[in-house]
Amino acid sequence: MDKLMADLKKQIINQLNLKDLKPEDIGDDQPLFVEGLGLDSIDALELIVLLQQEYKIKLSNAEEGPKVFQSVRTMAEYIKAHQGQTA
Amino acid sequence: MPGDQYITAYCIIENNLVTKNGKTIFENRNAGLNEFLESAYHHAAISYPKFYKMDNLSKLGFLSAEYLLRDSFQREKYTESEVSVILSNASSSLDTDLKYQNSIREIPSPALFVYTLPNIVIGEICIRNHFKGENAFFVFKLFDATFIAGYVNDLFRNQGLRACVCGWVELLEENYQAVLYLVEKEPSAWSEIFSAENINKIYPKNNG
Repeated sequence: MDKLMADLKKQIINQLNLKDLKPEDIGDDQPLFVEGLGLDSIDALELIVLLQQEYKIKLSNAEEGPKVFQSVRTMAEYIKAHQGQTA
Repeated sequence: MPGDQYITAYCIIENNLVTKNGKTIFENRNAGLNEFLESAYHHAAISYPKFYKMDNLSKLGFLSAEYLLRDSFQREKYTESEVSVILSNASSSLDTDLKYQNSIREIPSPALFVYTLPNIVIGEICIRNHFKGENAFFVFKLFDATFIAGYVNDLFRNQGLRACVCGWVELLEENYQAVLYLVEKEPSAWSEIFSAENINKIYPKNNG
């Protein structure tokens, strides 16, 4: 799980062009949106693309988004639970 | 025809060089476009993380406006709706359109898609500076000073405009040129009457 979260932090920085941030600046449980990293709605779509590109996971139910993308930890938990289920 | 407005500052970015009112502000001669834009951003000492997410056309327009307005624009003199941004170019958003087209082959990029309109660069400048006046983006083969002078002067005369950032922000692949003019009702220490003739005097002739 720690390795997955470390990878995710690097991938988020790369996918969202957060060049002022380093992986260690992102807390495992830090909110990604609003008061946390301050990501916006386009970033949310890019996170969906990231799941698809890097982990071959399609977020089929958009309503799951806010829960899945709450923090790096919730993203990692979602990936763990869904890896291998969708191609 | 001379109007009642003045060009109170101008900024040109081309050939890896940033000049303002004819003076060199920054240069990075050997850099590629991406490296040049990022170095010009760092030189400006701005903290605006959104810059990194912009497409190259928006980065170019954003930086031109930053350097143009810095030390020249007294924003406290104006309300947000009294300031406009009127821009033009030849290639519209084609640079990003092509990149987006490439991304469609795999998974389309939402972050690229939002920049597939040329007027997004105006939005970036307005968001940064809280400008809420009239704005428009025109596409011409070549920079048309007569049109820009006529359009902007009309906004001043008939729409209550009191300041305007206008000009040319062109970018396609590694080729780019930004020429922005700050136009105001009051003359500054350095100023020229805002007319097609004076716009053309400033506009670099070798790239026209």
